[in-house]
Amino acid sequence: MSRAPFKPSEEVDFVIVGSGAAGGVVAKELAVAGFSVVVLEQGPYLRERDFTHDEFSISYQSVLTNDYHSQPNTFRPSPAEKATLKPSVGYGRQVGGGSVHFTGNYWRFHESDFHEKSMFGAVPGASLEDWPIRYADLEPYYTKAEQDLGISGLAGSNPFDGPRSKPYPLPPMPVKSSGVIFERAARKLGLHPFPAPVAILSQPFKGRGACIHCGFCEQFGCEMKAKSSTLASVIPMAEKTGNCEIRSGCYVRKIETDSAGRATGAIYFDKQKREVLQRAKAVAVCANGAETPRLLLMSKSNRFPEGLANSSGMVGKNLMVDVWAEAYAQFEHPLNEYKGIQVTRVLHDYYAADAKRGFYGGGGIDARFNYYPISYGLTGSAPGVPKWGAEFKKSLAANFNRQMTMEGHCSSIAVESNSFSLDPDVKDAWGLPALRTTYSPHPDDVKTRRFIRDRMVEIFEASGARKIWSEYEADVLPSVHLMGTCRMGSDPQKSVVNANHRAHDVPNLFLADGSSFVTSGRQQPTATIQALAYRAADKMIEWAKGKA
Amino acid sequence: MSDTPLARRTVLRSSLLLIPGVAEALQHAHDSAKAVSAHIEYLNPADAADIEAMAGEIIPSSDSPGAKEAGVIYFIDRALATFDKDKRDLYREGLAAARARRSAMFPESSSIAALSTKQRITLLESIEKTPFFSTLREHTIIAFFADPQWGGNRGKVGWKLIGFEDKFAFQPPFGYYDAPENRQ
Repeated sequence: MSRAPFKPSEEVDFVIVGSGAAGGVVAKELAVAGFSVVVLEQGPYLRERDFTHDEFSISYQSVLTNDYHSQPNTFRPSPAEKATLKPSVGYGRQVGGGSVHFTGNYWRFHESDFHEKSMFGAVPGASLEDWPIRYADLEPYYTKAEQDLGISGLAGSNPFDGPRSKPYPLPPMPVKSSGVIFERAARKLGLHPFPAPVAILSQPFKGRGACIHCGFCEQFGCEMKAKSSTLASVIPMAEKTGNCEIRSGCYVRKIETDSAGRATGAIYFDKQKREVLQRAKAVAVCANGAETPRLLLMSKSNRFPEGLANSSGMVGKNLMVDVWAEAYAQFEHPLNEYKGIQVTRVLHDYYAADAKRGFYGGGGIDARFNYYPISYGLTGSAPGVPKWGAEFKKSLAANFNRQMTMEGHCSSIAVESNSFSLDPDVKDAWGLPALRTTYSPHPDDVKTRRFIRDRMVEIFEASGARKIWSEYEADVLPSVHLMGTCRMGSDPQKSVVNANHRAHDVPNLFLADGSSFVTSGRQQPTATIQALAYRAADKMIEWAKGKA
Repeated sequence: MSDTPLARRTVLRSSLLLIPGVAEALQHAHDSAKAVSAHIEYLNPADAADIEAMAGEIIPSSDSPGAKEAGVIYFIDRALATFDKDKRDLYREGLAAARARRSAMFPESSSIAALSTKQRITLLESIEKTPFFSTLREHTIIAFFADPQWGGNRGKVGWKLIGFEDKFAFQPPFGYYDAPENRQ
């Protein structure tokens, strides 16, 4: 077999679209197993030296994320309306994808997440379904992800977690003041806070250094390789095999198929916007919950007039998104929350759906500070503080270091009409149809947000805070954590991929990322995306070796 | 001089330099604070003076530096010259409307910059719901708290105001409430 880099005309074993949380894992597993792999990444190949703490460029100029100027989004609340231009999704856009800039929260799903419909019952207006796999099927892969990537946490500290076969490879990160305040107050209420499991190294691990508590995890790339992105962890392992080429600056516009309906490769625009076909024996799309369905819908052909792998009509449907609630409090003494990782304590007491509440849903809660200096100046002040002037300035000076946030991570229930599709009018800078979002929250999601918001306020009330306020918007918009848009299932009429992540309609096409999710868990999807990716890679290897 | 990058790194050297990669990361953080432009490129002097005076009411100078001392106007000028060109019309029209109001409200005055603080606050209160004011507020705050390489936050006065230290490397304890636990 030839060695990386490969020629596009050379038929490699696998072409993978996307190098993020899922694509990086799949690439490494396939390359280590001896397969030739080309990974096509639309973004640049940034290295640790390229990462800065420059809040303005990172948070306000799309340096590490999709750029709405070249890749516009359109949005409409319902299918009856015409979509208008509106930034509506955000995702990582460089080698390593969203795993580079994510906060690092690394929650396993609970056992119940995989069969909530059986436990809870159907929900009117929603397409709640059980997964075709169970927690026990995924548990070995959660463990593999934690051990391979480097996750810090304390096994057994969350009484609601499912069984685990191994403890975390690294001890928890040091607690912050927000974590101490949260833990004390929650225990007073009889709740069960625990040290946050995070994809950040509390100690040196596999040649990478431990975190130095710079405080710039959320939205930023880690220049220390202490965040366990696929860029820092598995992608170097994949490249080291000599079997894997990470080809950056490649924007895929179509999965090519032959007359027999098999995928033959991926057509992409290179950095000069020239079209190139990378030939492959099999294709894995790991392009995230927005770009994976968009690519399938763009891969129309005579044989697949509604888009590739879309005989069910479910490609792009059942979109689930980041449903959040926030509460804030100020304290007498400095917390200095800008020092150290975002989150050090979490609780899952309100995670499980409970029919007694009268609605579907639940959420996890964490203690954090999610403001950097600019964002604190723009939006961090308490209600009632003037928006400008002398009192505004005084409040910024007094409270930046005395304030903390609780973030609620709520369930997002699947609704078939909530979807990604191709905009009929708007094009991106490559002339491809823009991503169109159709989304209105299910009423139960709105109730869940309010419920979780109220629980967070209760915890703050037990904390000795001198000022408390909260926020939740009834009108949540899609943003990140894009899930469910190529859902997994055993029925080819209701789902896009089978339990092994293979498209029902195309024998050599695999999809593995947030799009495979059947339910949303309680946000923080990266651990599950990566466990699924490890499992999907195993299934691809079995399939390629002719066992499946 | 206690907070110059060199002094900061000297202090850190004793505690952190043995951790692999720390020296490089600190150098990297230091390098990102590049030299900033000291001249106005896009705005004419009268516009710059009026905008600077309004920004100076959004974050006023008091016992600590405000938007004016932070050089917020240099950030705004750079924004309009480069990455926020599409906001030029908003500024032009917004400024014209603010000046018209100024003439109507304070007929004896010659410019927004020449108003008394009290008059300027009254003027801004009358336009604070406009898109122009909200963009000016946003630019002023971003400039005040962004890395100084963008033109504002000169002398890191924004960061000093709120108590943000740009060390980008810390060891626990971090704050008052975690100190007992982290000292154990």
